[in-house]
Amino acid sequence: MADVLQPDRVLDCSGLLCPLPVIRTSKAIKEILPGQMLKVIATDPGAPADMEAWARQTGNELVDSHEEDGKYVFYFRRVR
Amino acid sequence: MARSNPEAPKRLAIIASKGTLDFAYPPFILGSTAAAMGWEVGIFFTFYGLPLLLRDYDPKVSPLGNPAMPLKMPFGPPALRQISWPIPALLEALPGFSLLATSLMEQTFEQKGVPSLRELRQLCIDADVNLIACQMTMDVFGFKREDFIPECTVGGAATFLEFAADADVSLFI
Repeated sequence: MADVLQPDRVLDCSGLLCPLPVIRTSKAIKEILPGQMLKVIATDPGAPADMEAWARQTGNELVDSHEEDGKYVFYFRRVR
Repeated sequence: MARSNPEAPKRLAIIASKGTLDFAYPPFILGSTAAAMGWEVGIFFTFYGLPLLLRDYDPKVSPLGNPAMPLKMPFGPPALRQISWPIPALLEALPGFSLLATSLMEQTFEQKGVPSLRELRQLCIDADVNLIACQMTMDVFGFKREDFIPECTVGGAATFLEFAADADVSLFI
């Protein structure tokens, strides 16, 4: 799945703990256009639950999330 | 500050009443995260929480009176780091122990990738979190407006309550 998704921007939050991955993600998504895709990489074990909650709260679409080489990878599409 | 628009974003209202390092984190973490989720956030800094808005403030923490606080080394072999050292309260009362505990906690936080309090406060400022300094506490403890960061507003109980009346989440920390 990761191969077919083409991110317009990649944000690496490796080594960061709560709340930074969520805060950096919210900043990064404002820097792409609606419809564009943001890829986020994180190592925080709390990231999967937090990223899902963030997407629900902001209305941005979590297109895909999976683990890759021991890291969490998320694809968000900016909705508005 | 009352909310008239029913389409308005969710709102978080926090009272920050404690100023030690451990209690300083939650208001700024929750405030900055809620703002990142598009919520409106107001934090009322009162009593010992008020100094968190000072221009120069360096909060400390002490295990004395905090019996559940783990005392672990931020450096050394992993097995040693896992040990929570059983320090007698009498030792914890010695001069300098609070500085030591504060330094250990700050080092641990930095290693683990948790931002410093100053960074978190700046994140809140950048995200337009409404930081309200308690006027009464200011007067009681002899602070002046210019002692505090210019980004905070000054208000009293009624100011905060009007904001909190329409809050979806209200917390006392």
